[in-house]
Amino acid sequence: MDALALARVQFAANITFHILFPAITMGLAWLLVYFKSRYNRTGAEHWLEAYRFWVKVFALSFALGVVSGITMSFQFGTNWPGFMETVGNIAGPLLGYEVLTAFFLEATFLGIMLFGRKRVGNRVHTVATWIVAIGTSMSAFWILALNSWMQTPTGFEMRDGQAFPLSWIEVIFNPSLPYRLVHMMLASGLTAAFLVAGLSAYRHLRGDRSEANRTALRVGVWLAALLIPAQIVAGDLHGLNTFEHQPAKVAAMEGLWDDTEGAPLLLFALPDEEARENRFEIGVPKLASLILTHELDGRVPGLNSFEGEHPPVGAVFFAFRIMVGVGLLMLVVSWCAAWAMRKNRPPGEWLSRTLVAMTFSGWVGTVAGWYVSEIGRQPWLVHGVLRTADAVGPVGAGVISVSLATYLLVYAVLLGAYVSVVFYLASQAAGGEVPRERDRLDNPLQAAEAG
Amino acid sequence: MEYWLPVIFAGLMALSMLVYVVLDGYDLGVGILLNGAGDREKDLMIASIGPFWDANETWLVLGVGLLLVAFPMAHGEILTSLYLPVATMLVGLILRGVAFDFRVKARDPHKPVWNQAFFAGSVLASFAQGYMLGYYITGFETTLAAHGFAFLIGICLLAGYALLGATWLIMKSEGELQRKAVTWARYALWLTALGIAAVSIMTPLVSSRVVEKWFSFPQFILLSQIPAVSAALVLISHFRLKKLAHNGVEGAWIPFAMAVALFVLAFAGLGYSLFPYLIIDRITIWDAAAATESLSFILWGVVISLPAILGYTVFAYRVFWGKTRELSYD
Ligand code: HDD
Ligand code: HEM
Ligand code: HEM
Repeated sequence: MDALALARVQFAANITFHILFPAITMGLAWLLVYFKSRYNRTGAEHWLEAYRFWVKVFALSFALGVVSGITMSFQFGTNWPGFMETVGNIAGPLLGYEVLTAFFLEATFLGIMLFGRKRVGNRVHTVATWIVAIGTSMSAFWILALNSWMQTPTGFEMRDGQAFPLSWIEVIFNPSLPYRLVHMMLASGLTAAFLVAGLSAYRHLRGDRSEANRTALRVGVWLAALLIPAQIVAGDLHGLNTFEHQPAKVAAMEGLWDDTEGAPLLLFALPDEEARENRFEIGVPKLASLILTHELDGRVPGLNSFEGEHPPVGAVFFAFRIMVGVGLLMLVVSWCAAWAMRKNRPPGEWLSRTLVAMTFSGWVGTVAGWYVSEIGRQPWLVHGVLRTADAVGPVGAGVISVSLATYLLVYAVLLGAYVSVVFYLASQAAGGEVPRERDRLDNPLQAAEAG
Repeated sequence: MEYWLPVIFAGLMALSMLVYVVLDGYDLGVGILLNGAGDREKDLMIASIGPFWDANETWLVLGVGLLLVAFPMAHGEILTSLYLPVATMLVGLILRGVAFDFRVKARDPHKPVWNQAFFAGSVLASFAQGYMLGYYITGFETTLAAHGFAFLIGICLLAGYALLGATWLIMKSEGELQRKAVTWARYALWLTALGIAAVSIMTPLVSSRVVEKWFSFPQFILLSQIPAVSAALVLISHFRLKKLAHNGVEGAWIPFAMAVALFVLAFAGLGYSLFPYLIIDRITIWDAAAATESLSFILWGVVISLPAILGYTVFAYRVFWGKTRELSYD
């Protein structure tokens, strides 16, 4: 591979690893706020117990988010110097505001949130929890403002090959920001909801019948059931916005080669970029036109209108189907679960197993979604302004290969460790409760001694 | 504004780098020293930095962020020249950052492995930072001498961070651990002094422009205060540590304060040597600066948020004031 391809793979690997953890922390931070507020209001121990368990998972996810994020902030310089040289006047301040308004806030109050409950008292501790949640969301706002600007740039002008801001309001609140922000925050909420539901179901399967765990399970399931319809609507609106600003991306998502009136919605196909056609097409006639133009015979431009200017089709096409597939699966699972668990019924065996299997489904949807967005933007780095190929640095392929291999190795180990430790924490929490009860039953003498 | 904005941002960037070096310096230092302690002491050492390390590292993000915000034209060149040491540092920071959490959450038998990861990550990151600094001072020359110099600084910075870490522990611990920390600090102090001396001698050898800046009159008279005061600090620290080794309680914060002062002086000297260049003898801060519109937009943010950041940072340190106890989520 050449240096460009390697630099892209490396950037993609790093940001993919990074987003896994913000996707969890942004949603989970608000769930912790919820647990804490419920505890403050009701004084019921099980809310605090739920908080105590989930704050551990949060701390671990946050640490992974921070260290991989630090990697990200160096990547622009090490891998894409042309990016900063061309659009640095815009990207710089947005990243700067993220550091100033979000990173310090969350990083500083995290210490108090995690370790300070005894030292600062309950009220300040609750405030710290709020601030951490606000900080994570704020950081999403700024970074998505930048990413959205890269997709739909507005509010600037080019002078001597450099972008200069004209209106910061237009730069920040560019046309795709609202959609991207809402869609991403919902994605994060869903990721956290399925994580909470999945791990709680795992504890349930291990015999944990504590009030705290039952509560967390219900919260996770209900949150998922509430968010997923909103996410589907938001995704649809997001697609319409993309259709307006980046039609080539939508053509790749739909796998549509020729300009078509009454375009079908393809459920499956194998796009063949050499022959510029699809094989094994299965689709619903006219549905894509209906969704995108609200007319059965609406005209949808195909990829051939953008020859040489459109993204790689296969990756975008499949990533899009994976994301939507995960969304539909989430809908079915969360609604079934909410129904099965109505009126405080415990989840059945198969339902618990399904939820456990879906623990990290949010990751799949989120990463697939970002791949649609980012690969779909190619060959542009900043749509219509800067090509990816023009932003790559002078670092040789050999050097990048070495660092890339190291990163991949570290990431694989850490990802494995993260998943296994999270489940270990859950089984420990489950085990910690049950044996004590069992002790009491099996061994009355010892139980009496222990008081 | 065309003239002053880049100067202001260069100052801010230097400030956040300095704050980073001091703050993350002590927590990296604790990591470097980790293997000198027993198991329970390890827990205490890590507990002493647990609530702070994340915010400490954020100063690095701010420093790099300001480089990127204010000097986009140099950002790329600096970071591509430092590609491998940056990657090394990042791997180090990743390892130690996650080890904080994994070591207490993973299965017990895995704990020593994560302790080692914490130690190794701290050493790797510190050394890489020193290496970058050294290589940066040479203006990214690709000669063997330049890399040798960078290597030397890498070692020196390890010693410097160990000094910060040890003096931090003197302040935050008691009893046996504190006694150990005093011993560590005494070794690290002399290694650090050696390092600073080596840098001061080597830098003029590497760059003739630095010679000119330091050894011409009348600046020389004023500037010679920096090494003089540094030398005095080293000596005073030496005697304070000796005294502490006997009584252990009084003025436990003084060695840390002195170590910080030593870093500030060394940093000031370095800043003086470099100004106004971002890349020695090639790119000045004005060559590399971002558009005035962008700088003034972000300056507002800095003016408003920096005092707030300082305020709540002080608050956080006060919350965890005093000798460290075990960390728990309660
Ligand atoms: C939609 C959300 C999102 C996205 C797309 C990104 N990040 Fe991120 N990032 C966060 C959401 C986030 C967060 C939720 O704020 C994190 C995760 C965990 C954490 O500690 O903060 C974070 C942490 C984090 C940190 C560490 C902050 C600290 O020290 O506390 C840095 C330096 C970055 N990120 C930088 C980046 C860069 C340069 C990105 C793009 C290329 C990026 N992130 C994408
Ligand atoms: C957080 C989720 C994100 C994921 C999973 C993601 C994923 C990707 C992927 C897979 C690529 C490679 C595309 C290709 O080369 O074909 C890419 C490219 C890129 N993305 Fe993102 N991205 C994310 C967010 C962002 C954000 C927030 C920014 C900027 C603010 C950004 C900036 C870039 C840049 C500069 C490239 C380089 C161009 C390239 O590699 O082709 N990304 N991203
Ligand atoms: C099921 C219906 C869904 C639809 C119709 C939908 C639609 C879309 C569209 C059109 C994009 C690309 C936007 C662009 O870059 O121009 C996108 C991106 C994305 N999707 Fe979805 N999506 C759905 C479900 C989901 C689910 C379930 C998740 C995650 C849990 C998710 C996470 C994301 C993410 C993270 C992005 C990239 C960031 C962004 O552009 O906001 N999506 N989605």
